[in-house]
Amino acid sequence: MANVSLRDVRKTYAGGFEAIKGINFEVGDGQFCVLVGPSGCGKSTLLRMVAGLETVTGGEIDIGGRVVNQIEPAQRDIAMVFQNYALYPHMSVYNNMAYGLRNRRMGEAEIKTRVDEAARILELGAMLERKPRQLSGGQRQRVAMGRAIVRQPKVFLFDEPLSNLDAKLRIAMRIEIRKLQRRLKTTSIYVTHDQLEAMTLADILVVMNGGQVEQIGNPLAIYQKPATTFVASFIGAPPMNLMPLQSDELTSQLAGHGSATGGEAGILGIRPEDFMISNEALEGGIALDLTVEAIERVGAETFIYGTRQREIQGIAANPGELPPGEVIVRIPGATAPASANWACRGTRVNHPEPSPGSASPAPMPPESAVDGFCRGCRGA
Amino acid sequence: MVEHRPWSDIIAYAILTFGVFIVAFPVYLALIASTHDAATVVGGNMPLLPGGHVLENYYRAIFVGGSRTSREPVGQMLLNSFISATGIAVGKIFISILSAYAVVYFRFPFRKTAFWIIFVTLMLPVEVRIYPTYKVVADLHMLDTYAGLILPLIASATGTLLFRQFFMTVPDELLEASRIDGAGPFRFFWDTLLPLSVTTIAALFVIQFIYGWNQYLWPLLITTQDSMQTIVTGIKKMLTTTDELAEWQLAMATAVLAMLPPVAVVVFMQRLFVRGLVETEK
Amino acid sequence: MEKSAVFNSRLLPYLLLTPQLIITFVFFYWPASQAFWQSFLREDAFGLSSEFIGLENYQALFAQPEYYKAMLTTVVFSTLVAGLSLSIALLFATQADKNLKSAPLYKTFMIWPYAVAPAVAGVLWIFMFQPSLGTLARPLRYMNFDWNPLLNGKHAMALVVMAAVWKQISYNFLFFLAGLQSIPKSVIEAGAIDGAGPMRRFWTIVFPLLSPTTFFLLVVNVVYVFFDTFGIIDAVTGGGPAGATTTLVYKVYADGRLGGDLGSSAAQSVVLMVIVIALTAIQFRYIERKVQY
Repeated sequence: MANVSLRDVRKTYAGGFEAIKGINFEVGDGQFCVLVGPSGCGKSTLLRMVAGLETVTGGEIDIGGRVVNQIEPAQRDIAMVFQNYALYPHMSVYNNMAYGLRNRRMGEAEIKTRVDEAARILELGAMLERKPRQLSGGQRQRVAMGRAIVRQPKVFLFDEPLSNLDAKLRIAMRIEIRKLQRRLKTTSIYVTHDQLEAMTLADILVVMNGGQVEQIGNPLAIYQKPATTFVASFIGAPPMNLMPLQSDELTSQLAGHGSATGGEAGILGIRPEDFMISNEALEGGIALDLTVEAIERVGAETFIYGTRQREIQGIAANPGELPPGEVIVRIPGATAPASANWACRGTRVNHPEPSPGSASPAPMPPESAVDGFCRGCRGA
Repeated sequence: MVEHRPWSDIIAYAILTFGVFIVAFPVYLALIASTHDAATVVGGNMPLLPGGHVLENYYRAIFVGGSRTSREPVGQMLLNSFISATGIAVGKIFISILSAYAVVYFRFPFRKTAFWIIFVTLMLPVEVRIYPTYKVVADLHMLDTYAGLILPLIASATGTLLFRQFFMTVPDELLEASRIDGAGPFRFFWDTLLPLSVTTIAALFVIQFIYGWNQYLWPLLITTQDSMQTIVTGIKKMLTTTDELAEWQLAMATAVLAMLPPVAVVVFMQRLFVRGLVETEK
Repeated sequence: MEKSAVFNSRLLPYLLLTPQLIITFVFFYWPASQAFWQSFLREDAFGLSSEFIGLENYQALFAQPEYYKAMLTTVVFSTLVAGLSLSIALLFATQADKNLKSAPLYKTFMIWPYAVAPAVAGVLWIFMFQPSLGTLARPLRYMNFDWNPLLNGKHAMALVVMAAVWKQISYNFLFFLAGLQSIPKSVIEAGAIDGAGPMRRFWTIVFPLLSPTTFFLLVVNVVYVFFDTFGIIDAVTGGGPAGATTTLVYKVYADGRLGGDLGSSAAQSVVLMVIVIALTAIQFRYIERKVQY
């Protein structure tokens, strides 16, 4: 069993800076877990703590049922793929992959079997005698993965391995990594700042911010039901529109939905793709008037940037969020109506939240009528 | 990293402390010796703690001079060292920055040849050509002069190479912008290049000052008068190794004085010094 | 590597180059070529006339046992000093590279001996080991060890080696430390994850990656022993006893002082030149072909 458990894990640096503030989650055997978040949120630090490259100030890290806090990296039965690959520059590809096995006193014959097998899977057979400086970025990345595979460890750890590759290669390698992991069934923890990578690779997605976990769950579930404004604006591109609404607006528009309590202001979140153009409010929906500022046509879709007529001052945007008042609408097709002022009507509502700028995750509202709107009203 | 080798740090501290001890001990002894009187030092059982003759010894060393083998007060020698070291540093900086400027920023026939002519000097330190150089200096009537001490030692290419490397890293756009603004070679050099080069100049100054101050063989050869001795050559003259009655305490005081300026330069300008060292050797 | 933006003056560059070229010619090329020329001559006792004798000076030189002795001394000296000072400096550098709290302080302490003149270093060490009054000579006397660098050639050599190593440690330390710090930390971490303990990591990863620095320092140290140790030798032993600490450079100086045999002295200088050029050429060649990681 190669599951990984983190129980109330903390890290405070010598100067007093608390980088990790109490993290709890569990990765099951064979699952692919992705840690995602903005720069400085602590995801790499957390990964390095699992690897043993950073010490743990509090809590327990458990690999396969064994608490590993005090165990050296070499003894944890893990393998890691670094962002800059960290290949041994003076050794051939073959020796790079064989190094870890030689350290464990494995026989040369068995080493050769394992290395050849990994080279076959990763299509490195022709390059075994070359040195890293003679390889391209993508090839080096595969050697780094090969080095991890031959060890047949309990856990794979990936520290932003695709960041140094160009966009096209990144997409191809993403698929390769996923296929590889499915094939080898090794528990994996993967760190990235790219929410697209996170969405496509993860079985379990952990969204982090400021040393804490904002939300854990299935990627699509997180997409559809973000727990906090941070998660709502971080996951999904273009970001979700977060619109502060006054209580009367809420009451009037959401009347009948049950979850909005009268007299409270709140933040309304609507994803750009959930808008459609309409001249009148659809049943069960929200209507907004927008002044269009810019239109971007990218072929398969059109992005429309507009501002609401009523703005609430004094609210600053967090990283990843839209500036106050700005709304993005995303409609399929390459054309948009040309008239200067026109209205967009929304058809889906996310659950309202207590107040703008709250940092703690709001509890999920009871299942009520806010869920389950259909999106099928396009073209009406 | 999680590592369970608690003795690793302890060993590191132990080794480093031992290293500092090795490095400091000879100097410490010299300091101690310079604070005792002659009898204590020579008696064979000098204590390891300072004595009370600091002022007396240093005063005698600087202003009066040893009574036996060297009649010259150290003060004069310190002055000579200072003049010569500064002269070497400044001289070298001056001629190298001009040459590097010419070689990098101009196109002219024999440019490459000129560069190689200068570059070859790196290969042969002065010790290899001492006697012929001595003859040249003698023929020019520069024995026992500051010029004789300084000029032959600025003939090597370290400075030119350093400045050339530095100039290559200066973006072309700066020169182009200057030319558009109507600047000729002088203006460009004075207004733009020189201010940019200040750190490099300082680093080279530090290295060359120490190099010049610590010269031994060359000053030894070309200075015969006591009044022209540098402090480094003067120290040796204060001792004769067979004679136990040489005034060791004064010699040690002189040694301390000889070490002070370069060490002060290294300690206070450490970053510049390290940078200069690494850059000139590459 | 050339600049594309240049000035077009015709005369100015030559003017700029003039100071350095004059100095280089007068104090470098002229003496060097004089040495070369004189090595083929023999002068009479008064220096009034000279005759061309071809390679006779060289032949005489290589027939002298003292010359071979000086060569041997130089080689032994270089090996000992280079070997000792490089190993000790590497040891100190590896310890200073660990993330200790007071590492910068140790670093400052370790580099300042570079500022000490070799001659002064020699004086310090002879003071410590002077047979009758040296502080460190005392324990040797207590142990009934007949320590006498003034009479015993091996003792003299040991003393000179110690002084030279002492001075050179800081230079090597600096470069080793810089070399160690240029190795990417992630490669070391990968080694740790791959199961290598600290010693194994050092010998299989760090040391190979340090080899360009090591080679560079090796050449520099050898050149240092050839030339810069003149001050130490003169201060400590004066080349004695009986030539036990006379290196090739010292011999050039001593022979020139004593006799008037300019031809032989010039021949020795030329031989030294050839050796240095060879060493420098090797160094440049290797650094040029240095592998880029």
